[in-house]
Amino acid sequence: MLVPYFLLGSAFGAVLLEAEVISWFRIQEMFRFGSFHMYGIIASAIVVAGTSIEIIRRLQLRGPDGESIGLAPKQLGSGLRYVAGGTLFGIGWALTGACPGPLVALVGAGVPVMVVAIASALVGTWTYGYLRPRLPH
Amino acid sequence: MPHPLPWYIAGPLIGLIVPALLLIGNKPFGISSNFRHICAAAAPCGIEFFSHDWKRAGLWNLTFLAGVCVGATIAVWLAPPAPIHLSPRVLADLQAAGVHDFTGLVPREIFSWSALLTLRGLVATVIGGFLVGFGTAYAGGCTSGHAIAGLADRQLASLVAVCGFFAGGLAASYLLLPLLG
Repeated sequence: MLVPYFLLGSAFGAVLLEAEVISWFRIQEMFRFGSFHMYGIIASAIVVAGTSIEIIRRLQLRGPDGESIGLAPKQLGSGLRYVAGGTLFGIGWALTGACPGPLVALVGAGVPVMVVAIASALVGTWTYGYLRPRLPH
Repeated sequence: MPHPLPWYIAGPLIGLIVPALLLIGNKPFGISSNFRHICAAAAPCGIEFFSHDWKRAGLWNLTFLAGVCVGATIAVWLAPPAPIHLSPRVLADLQAAGVHDFTGLVPREIFSWSALLTLRGLVATVIGGFLVGFGTAYAGGCTSGHAIAGLADRQLASLVAVCGFFAGGLAASYLLLPLLG
């Protein structure tokens, strides 16, 4: 059943637009510490999501097949992939003014040239997949 | 509707997507996985990273992503974005970095079909896009997966990734962008 995912995605896209999260200027403002707006959005999203996860954990809610509900733990390892990958993504985030969700929302919001950025992102992910065995993690 | 939607409404609404996805189908919030699924569907080329069953693993997420695009379109139609209000300091900083058009969601002098032929437009759109795809795949997540879902779940790996996001973003904003302007 895919409809709920489509509706949730639509709500996400609408909020990204109305809160100006997809604005290149808002992202530059964030990296230049010019307003609390973006920090407030990210911080309050973390608090609400974290509280919800904790409630789900305390209630020991189960999925349809009886599996426990929650996010899979990420292995830190040496942490190199998070430092290197994170920094490279950060450069891309500041240049395009958009992370992956907003890139797609911008196309919907009438900035069609962002399909070029999305195509480049796909080439980027493909290149990572190709180089993966040779990259340090 | 107030413009922009205040952070204390937008943030909690975005945060609620995490438990909503968990309760609907035990799915993790994370947009960048879709790049991997699309690569697996379009050009797996025998690469191990793209050998997963993308339909089984990612059809829900690709549907979510289609919703993001449609949701933004509907929102533009219902409540079009107003001109952005930036602080005088950020405005001056960006003007010093060579940005002059503050009318849209993005500066059209950097992001438009004709700007793709300029060095700055090409770097911001094509190189920037490439780094978004490469970096999120390498780091195993983006703002949604690491900064929101990962930090909410108190995962150390996500904290390291988010520190990387900001290190890269600050470097690009203060060093790279003025150089291109």
